[in-house]
Amino acid sequence: MADALTGTGLTMLALLLPFVGALLAPLAVRAFGGAAAWVLALLPLGAFAILSRHLGAVSEGQALTAGFDWIPSLGVRFSILIDGLSLTFALLVTGIGALIVLYAGGYLKGHPHLGRFLSFLFLFMGAMLGLVLSDSFLMLFVYWELTSIASFLLIGFDHTRTAARRAALQALVVTGAGGLLLLAGLLVIQAITGVSELSALAAMGSVLRDSPLYLAALLLVLGGAFTKSAQFPFHVWLPNAMEAPTPVSAYLHSATMVKAGVYLLMRLNPVMGQTPEWQMLLPLFGGVTLLAGALMALAETDLKRMLAYTTMASLGLLVLLTGLGTPHAVEAAVLYLVAHSLFKGTLFMVAGIIDHEAGTRDVTRLGGLGRAMPITFVAGGLAALSMMGLPPAFGFLAKEKTYYALTGGGLFVTILLVVVIIGNALMGAVGLLVGVRPFIGAPVKTPKHAHEGPPLLWLGPLLLAVKGVAIAIAAAVTHQMMTTPMASAVAGEARPVTISLLPHLGLPLLLSLVTVALAIAMFLTATRLRAAITSPMDALGWGPDRGFDQMIAGVLRFASALTRRLQPGRLDAYMTAGFVLLAALLLLTPALNGEWPNAPVFPADIPWDELAIFAIALCGLIAVVLAPNRLTAIVSLGIQGFAVAVIFLLYGAPDLAFTQFMIETLSVVILALVMTRLDLSPSDHRPLRQLLPDAALAGLVGFGFTIVLLKVTSVPFDPALSTFFAQFSKTIAHGANIVNVIIVDFRGTDTLGEIAVVMATGLAVLALLRLRGGSERRLADNDPDAAEAVETAPLQGRGV
Amino acid sequence: MSTLIFRTVAPFLTALMLLFSVFVLLRGHNEPGGGFIGGLIAVSALAIYGIAFGVAAMRRAIVLHPLTIAGIGLVASTLAGLVSLAAGVPFMTGLWIEPSFAGVTVPLSTVTLFDIGVYLVVIGGIGSIAMTLEEEGDL
Amino acid sequence: MEPVFAILVGIFFAFAVYLLLSKFIVRMMLGVAILGNAVNLLIFTAGRLTREVPPVIGAGLDGPVTATANPLPQALILTAIVISFSFFSFLLVLSWRAIDALKTDNTDRMRLAEPADDPAPPAGY
Repeated sequence: MADALTGTGLTMLALLLPFVGALLAPLAVRAFGGAAAWVLALLPLGAFAILSRHLGAVSEGQALTAGFDWIPSLGVRFSILIDGLSLTFALLVTGIGALIVLYAGGYLKGHPHLGRFLSFLFLFMGAMLGLVLSDSFLMLFVYWELTSIASFLLIGFDHTRTAARRAALQALVVTGAGGLLLLAGLLVIQAITGVSELSALAAMGSVLRDSPLYLAALLLVLGGAFTKSAQFPFHVWLPNAMEAPTPVSAYLHSATMVKAGVYLLMRLNPVMGQTPEWQMLLPLFGGVTLLAGALMALAETDLKRMLAYTTMASLGLLVLLTGLGTPHAVEAAVLYLVAHSLFKGTLFMVAGIIDHEAGTRDVTRLGGLGRAMPITFVAGGLAALSMMGLPPAFGFLAKEKTYYALTGGGLFVTILLVVVIIGNALMGAVGLLVGVRPFIGAPVKTPKHAHEGPPLLWLGPLLLAVKGVAIAIAAAVTHQMMTTPMASAVAGEARPVTISLLPHLGLPLLLSLVTVALAIAMFLTATRLRAAITSPMDALGWGPDRGFDQMIAGVLRFASALTRRLQPGRLDAYMTAGFVLLAALLLLTPALNGEWPNAPVFPADIPWDELAIFAIALCGLIAVVLAPNRLTAIVSLGIQGFAVAVIFLLYGAPDLAFTQFMIETLSVVILALVMTRLDLSPSDHRPLRQLLPDAALAGLVGFGFTIVLLKVTSVPFDPALSTFFAQFSKTIAHGANIVNVIIVDFRGTDTLGEIAVVMATGLAVLALLRLRGGSERRLADNDPDAAEAVETAPLQGRGV
Repeated sequence: MSTLIFRTVAPFLTALMLLFSVFVLLRGHNEPGGGFIGGLIAVSALAIYGIAFGVAAMRRAIVLHPLTIAGIGLVASTLAGLVSLAAGVPFMTGLWIEPSFAGVTVPLSTVTLFDIGVYLVVIGGIGSIAMTLEEEGDL
Repeated sequence: MEPVFAILVGIFFAFAVYLLLSKFIVRMMLGVAILGNAVNLLIFTAGRLTREVPPVIGAGLDGPVTATANPLPQALILTAIVISFSFFSFLLVLSWRAIDALKTDNTDRMRLAEPADDPAPPAGY
C-alpha cells in the first residue's frame, strides 16, 4: 500500500534544513542582528516548498515511503513515511515555523541571546519535522525525545528565573517519562507484530488488536501520548511552560509539539483503534481534560495562561474525537486540529504583541487597544472567530463536524456531547477575552504606551489568521489537498471530507447557535464566573502542580539520604562492603549451585622441608599482624615473601623464585625507607567490636578462596595450552626456557603492555614526590579551595 | 652502612652483579633467567652502589636518567615488535637471523632485542622508584 | 599437594583481608603486599603443582621428555610480581604523600574529598 517516494534526496534535505538553521542562526544573528530572521525564515520556507511537492501524490491517496539502512545489524532503518497525516503536520510545522521565526526576530529584537534562541527553535523544528515524518519506531522515539529536550531548552531560555527553570524541568520530567513509556509501548508493539515501521504496521491491525498484550501496549502508548499532549492529570507542565518566550508558546505549546501525542493516536487509530478499550479510555480522558482545561482557562487572568488552558482543552477535544473513531469524529478531529493550529498560534502571537507593546498581559488591566493596534486587532478578532466556531473561519467547519459526530449516539456519546458543548462555550468565551476584549471598550492605562508593533511582529499572526479564513472559503481545495488525505490516513480507509461554509440546517447548527450564545453569555459574566471557579480550587489547595514539587523534594531528600548512607566517607566501610560482597560471591555461588568440593585428601608424606617453609610463611604472616613496631612488621613481611619464593623454587619455578627474592628485597628496602621517615603509631589498636567482625570477614574470604581452589583442583586439568607452549617453544620460538619464551614471544604483546605500566608507575612515583610546594599545611585544613590553590602553585623542582 | 670495607668492596660487587645480570638476561631464553630477573639483579647492583656512595654518585655513574633508560627499553621492545610488521608478518612475530663472523655463528633475533628492552625498562623504572625514594626521603 | 596449598592460599587471603580492613593506611599497605602473594599462589596452584622440574627443555631436544611444571602460570605470575611491585611502590608513595599532607594515617580522619559535615545538596530548582 506504500509507494516509493520520488525525489528522496530533496525530501531528506527538507528534514535537514531546520538543523542547518540551528547551526547558522547564531552566526546569522551576529552578522545581521534581528533582521537575520528574514533570512533564516527562508529555511523552513524551503522545507515547506520541498514538502509541498508531494501534495499532488498524497492527495491521490498515496502513502510514500523512503529510507536507507541505518544500523543494518539491528534491522534499524532511517525511513520516512509521507501520507495525508504526516504531510499535513509537516506543512504545519514548517509553515507556521517560518512565521514564528519572523515573529521571534521581532519579539526578541536586541536580546543578547537571540541567536541561541533561534538555534533552539530550529532544533525543535527539525525534531518535530522528523517526528511526524518518521516511519521507523526508533526514529519516532528519538525525535520524540528530541522535541522534549528542545522544549526544555526553550522553556528554560530565561534561565535566570527560578520559575522558568522549574517549568523547564517539569516539562522535561513529564514528557521525558512519557517518552520512555512510548518506547516501551513501541517495543511491545514490535514484539507482537514483528514489524518496526509504521507503514508496515498498517497491515497488522488485527494481529495487534487480538493480542493478549494489546492492553499493555495501549496503556504504554497512551502514557506517551497523554503526557506529550497534556491530558489530565499530566497537564501541569503545559500552563507552566508559559514561562517560555511567547514565540515558543505559540509554536511548541499550541500549534505543534503538544499535538505530537494526538498525532501518535491518529497514526495508530487504524491499527489500535475501534476497540472497547480505545473507545472508552480516550474519550474519558479527553472529556475530563476538555472540561478541566476550559474551566481553568476562564479562571485565569493572564492571557498566556488562559490560552495554555484552552490548548489543553482543545487537546482533550482532539483525543476525545480520535477515540470515538467514527467517520464523522475522525473528520472533525482532522478539521479541528488544522483550525486549532492556526487560530491558537495566532492568539498566542497576539497575546505576545499585547504584552510586548502594552507591557502587561493581565486581561483585567487591558482595554481599548483597538485604535492603537488595528492590525493586531484584526488578527486577534479573526482567530477568536475561528475559536468560537463562527463563519467564515475554519473553526466553524470543525465545530459543525464535531456536532455531527456527537449527535445521534448512545448515552455515553450524549454525555460527551454535553461536555463538548460546555467546553466549546467556555473556550469561545476565552477566545473573545483574549482576541477581542483587550481591543474594545474604554482605553485602560497600560504600563507601556501601546502602539502597533513592527511588521516582524504582526506579519506572522496576520498571515495565520487570514489563512484560517482563506482555507475555509476555499474549502473544496483544502479538502482535496489536505483534509481528505489526512482523514483517510487517520481512518485507515478513504474518507472524503466535503463540509463547506454553507450552513446546513439541522441539529448541529442549532447546537452551534446554543454554544455561541453560551459563549457570549460567559464572556459577559466572566468576572463572576472566574470567582466561582477559583474559590473551590483555592479551597482545595492541592493540585498536581504542588504534587510535582513534593515529588521533586522527596526525590532529592531520598537521594541525599541514600548518598549519605552509601558514601559515609569512611574507607574501612567501603572495604568492608567490598569484601562482604567478595565473600558472598565466593561462598554463595557453590552454596546455591550445590557445588561444594569433596573432602580434601591430604598427602601423607609431606617432606619436612616443605612443612618447615609453610610454617615459616605462617609465622611471617602472624608476625606482620601482631608486630609491636614498624620494623618488625616490615621484616616479617619479608619473611613471608621469602617463604613464598622458596615455595616457588621447590615447585619447579626457579624464574619465579629469583624474581620473588629480588622483589621482596626491594619491597623491604623501600618500605623501610618510607616507614622510618614517618612518625606513626606502629600498630592498629582495633577495639574488640571491630576486631571480631574484621577477623570473621577475613576468615570467610580466606575460606571462600580455599573452597574455590579445592573445587578448581578437583576437576580434571586441561593441559591444552601448556602442552602447546611446551611443544612449540623450541621448534618455533628457538627457546628452551618455556616460561621466558611465553613472556617474550608467545605473549610478547602482553609483556609490552606490562613494561609500559612499569615505566608509567616509575614516572608517577617521580611526579608524586616532586609535586610539592609548601602544600602540606594548607591541605591539612581539609579545604577544597586550598587544595585547588596548591595545584596551581608553582612546583618546587629539584635537580634530577 | 658506608663503612670503609663496604665502600671498598661496593664498586667491584656492583660491577660483578651487573655483569651477572647481563649473563642472566642473555641466557634467559634457554635457562632460567631473562629480562625481568636480569633487570632486577641490575637494580640491586645499583642500589648497593647507591647505599655506599649516595644517590648523587649513582646518578653520575649511570650517566642517563633512569627513566630515559626505561624509555629506551620501551622503544627497543616496541621496535622489536614493529620489525615483524616490516617483514610482512603479524606484530611481535619472532624473527631469527644467524650471521657468521669468522666461522662463529651468532643467533640474533627480535626476541632477544625485546628481552633487552624488558631488561632496560625494569632497570629504569624500578631503579627510578628506588632512587627517588632514597633521595626524596626527607620529605 | 593441592589441598594443602588451597588452605595455605586461604590463610594468605585471610591475613591480607584482615590487614586491608584496618583504619591505618600503613597496615593496609602491608595487606596489599600480602594480597599480591596470595593471588600469585592462587594462580600457581590452579595450574597444578609439580615438584622440582622446571619447564626447561633439555639440550638437543625439541620438547620436554618428562613431566615438567606448568609453564603458563609461571609466565603469568612472573610479570604479575614485577607489576604488583610497581603498583605497590606507587601506592606506598601515594599514601606517604597523603599522610604527609593530611598529617594522619587514620583513614577516618582523611576527609578532604568527603568532608563529614558536607552540607546537603541544594533543594529546589
